[in-house]
Amino acid sequence: MIYQGKQKIWSDYQKDIPDDHWFYARSCIRQNFFPASEKYFLEITKGLLGKDICDNEHHTTCGGIAYHSDTIPQETAMTIVARQFAIMTECGYENLVVSCITSFGNYNETIETWREFPELEAKIRENLWKACRREFKIPKYVAHASDLIYKFRNEIAAKAVNRLVDRNTGEPLRVVEHIGCHYSKMFPHKGFGGAEYPCVLSGMVESWGGRVIDYPERRHCCGYGFRQYHVKANRGYCVSNTYKKFESMEPFHPDMIITNCPGCPYFLDRWQYVISEQTGKTYGQNGYGIPVLTYEELAGLMLGYDPWDLGLQTHQVAVEPLLDKIGVKYDPAAKYLGVNKEDIMRPELPQFLKCH
Amino acid sequence: MMDFGFVLSKSSTVDLNKVDLSMYRQLEKLSPDVRTCMACGSCSATCTAAPYSGMSVRKVILGLQRGNDVSAMLSNCMLCGKCTMVCPRGINTRNLILNLCRIHETGGRNDR
Amino acid sequence: MRPNVVIIGGGIAGMEAAKQLLYLGYSPILIEKTARLGGHVADWYRLFPDMTPASEVIENLKKDIQNANVFLETGVQFINRLRDTYNVMLTNGVSINCHAILFATGYDLFDARKKEEYGYGVYNHVVTNRDLELWFGGNKDVRIPERPKSVGFVHCVGSRDMKAGNMQCSKVCCMTAIKQAIEIKEKFPESEVYCFYMDLRLFGKKYEDFYISAQRDHGVHFIRGRVSEVGENIDGTLQVKAEDTLNGKPLKVSLDMLVLMAGMLCGEKTRELADGVRMDVDTDGFFKSRDNIYNVTESSRNGIFFAGACTGTKTVPETVSEARAAVLSIHNYLQQK
Repeated sequence: MIYQGKQKIWSDYQKDIPDDHWFYARSCIRQNFFPASEKYFLEITKGLLGKDICDNEHHTTCGGIAYHSDTIPQETAMTIVARQFAIMTECGYENLVVSCITSFGNYNETIETWREFPELEAKIRENLWKACRREFKIPKYVAHASDLIYKFRNEIAAKAVNRLVDRNTGEPLRVVEHIGCHYSKMFPHKGFGGAEYPCVLSGMVESWGGRVIDYPERRHCCGYGFRQYHVKANRGYCVSNTYKKFESMEPFHPDMIITNCPGCPYFLDRWQYVISEQTGKTYGQNGYGIPVLTYEELAGLMLGYDPWDLGLQTHQVAVEPLLDKIGVKYDPAAKYLGVNKEDIMRPELPQFLKCH
Repeated sequence: MMDFGFVLSKSSTVDLNKVDLSMYRQLEKLSPDVRTCMACGSCSATCTAAPYSGMSVRKVILGLQRGNDVSAMLSNCMLCGKCTMVCPRGINTRNLILNLCRIHETGGRNDR
Repeated sequence: MRPNVVIIGGGIAGMEAAKQLLYLGYSPILIEKTARLGGHVADWYRLFPDMTPASEVIENLKKDIQNANVFLETGVQFINRLRDTYNVMLTNGVSINCHAILFATGYDLFDARKKEEYGYGVYNHVVTNRDLELWFGGNKDVRIPERPKSVGFVHCVGSRDMKAGNMQCSKVCCMTAIKQAIEIKEKFPESEVYCFYMDLRLFGKKYEDFYISAQRDHGVHFIRGRVSEVGENIDGTLQVKAEDTLNGKPLKVSLDMLVLMAGMLCGEKTRELADGVRMDVDTDGFFKSRDNIYNVTESSRNGIFFAGACTGTKTVPETVSEARAAVLSIHNYLQQK
């Protein structure tokens, strides 16, 4: 691998985004999958870095999940998007930072479609007005939330108490980065680093002391693909794609995977259990899996937040081996204690995949 | 094993590093002209057996190059020789089929 | 005194034209932006169909144009049209008045880095057709393994590719790939060599013979499918993916080295220069000839002529023939004045 070659490509795909005053569009599923990720995005950007990020309770799903599942027409999806823009406009913001990758793709697809077909934009404006008497401005900037963390990665590194380094060997941790398809495959110039060698996550990993693993199937989709996974009969196809990725990354012995999509970390994490039950195979050390973290969870770990506050106990793959490698302090007894120190119960243990 | 109601799908990807070319290599020795096939398909287009049995000399050659078992196709060949007449590269396809049958018969031992 | 003719570009088209103009008694002025004559062909090692050493072609041409005015490392700043002559201002400060200008500006080799999915400049063992020719010619190249066990050739890199902004077939790459595949097999007889093609376009004299020889004598594998992406395995080998379209299945293979057959484009710089004299560009991005059938070497502007790959992709013999044809066009034009 020629690092300078990648740097050249990264320099071709840089985007200029403002570093403050954003309207935050949450994801409809991330709060269930990774309950603390969005909270810690706000904690880090607003609380720690003092940025102005507007978190408004009136916005809804972007409709992307239904659009990609073929259950609503594009016109409906666009009208939902228009309503999100209207709420942003009403709150006095011009920049939209998006938590979900599919939403990010959906917003960009909508804006680009309107650019090509202005008559469609006029129609959607009319739809929105008829439906809820709202008007909107198209955002000046649309960024993914990982773009902002990428932009602030060095500030985060400066405040970090942990680094992506094996505390016993002093070696950088080997990190697989997995980018959601709709981050840059649809519009390569809208993602940091483009579509072939995105740097949005690898930039964080390097800034925080880790080493990025570049394995042959790095670009491959996690396999979630809404309209496949949502039909049970198609799930074999979904898990097979994840399996293909794990088979490809296995020789590199990754210590962890970092992701920026709602679906990818969920499936890269949960499918390790399904693969282990179906094949008996596990991919981490000593029968464990490979921990899969969102970038907010990883940023939180670097900054010294408690792993259980970050929601890492909701993962299928045990994160303790990773925490031990980094040297993150945690209380094993508190793993299954909820916010009020109440027992949130323990999951059933898998047959093959070793969990704590 | 947990029953999830779905299982890993088998990949159709052909991994060229893993295909078994032993049969093809033996055929190359007996019928070196097999190498010059350019997959034009005239053999299959004219084949007596093709429309009714799935026999195709083009597919037999490609199948061997991809490590597939082609014996079922071979059994459908009537050895009429029409394919040999139309091959633009002059491959003796009839002889090629006979050689393949011979390789199959001897279980891969090239001792005839 | 015979009129001046300025030739822009010191590749084989420009050199051949200079040679023919000298024969006819003109005084050609050859402008070359790089430090040496020969253009792309000077980077090549051997030329199909007879494996002629490229250096032989270049050296012979150099001998033939010893009496021409040659400006190396010199570009054209601008061209002004006067009443019935042209004023060509060179980057070295020299200003030339001439009656005819021959564009022999050739082509740019497609920048293979633009096909990011192939990893040129990123993976350790990905090279281009040009890199391989330079290596055949004795240049060191760390990307080329000492004893490659498997080598792939990717046809149509930046050719027939609307997304890369280059729709046309570069014409010579299929044949070059087969020539280079044979040369690799000659150097490394134990290696497996794969050519990934969309169509094999082997139109020229003895090209099909090369194809048959690559199959029959060298056992080169031809796979009909465009390479979709390349990745690097942990051992540094390259995982190459394509659809085996004749088999109707996806295919992958790990190779020690991959050669990208970079195509031919009309140069950006050339087009900028052409803008100055408002020269027409054809729909394929190359210069527009007065007529694509019987006036290929003439532009729509009086006194401006073309030779070689500036009007479209050409082989070496086509370029040489066209240079001669262009000289005849120039001669006729100057006679009529």
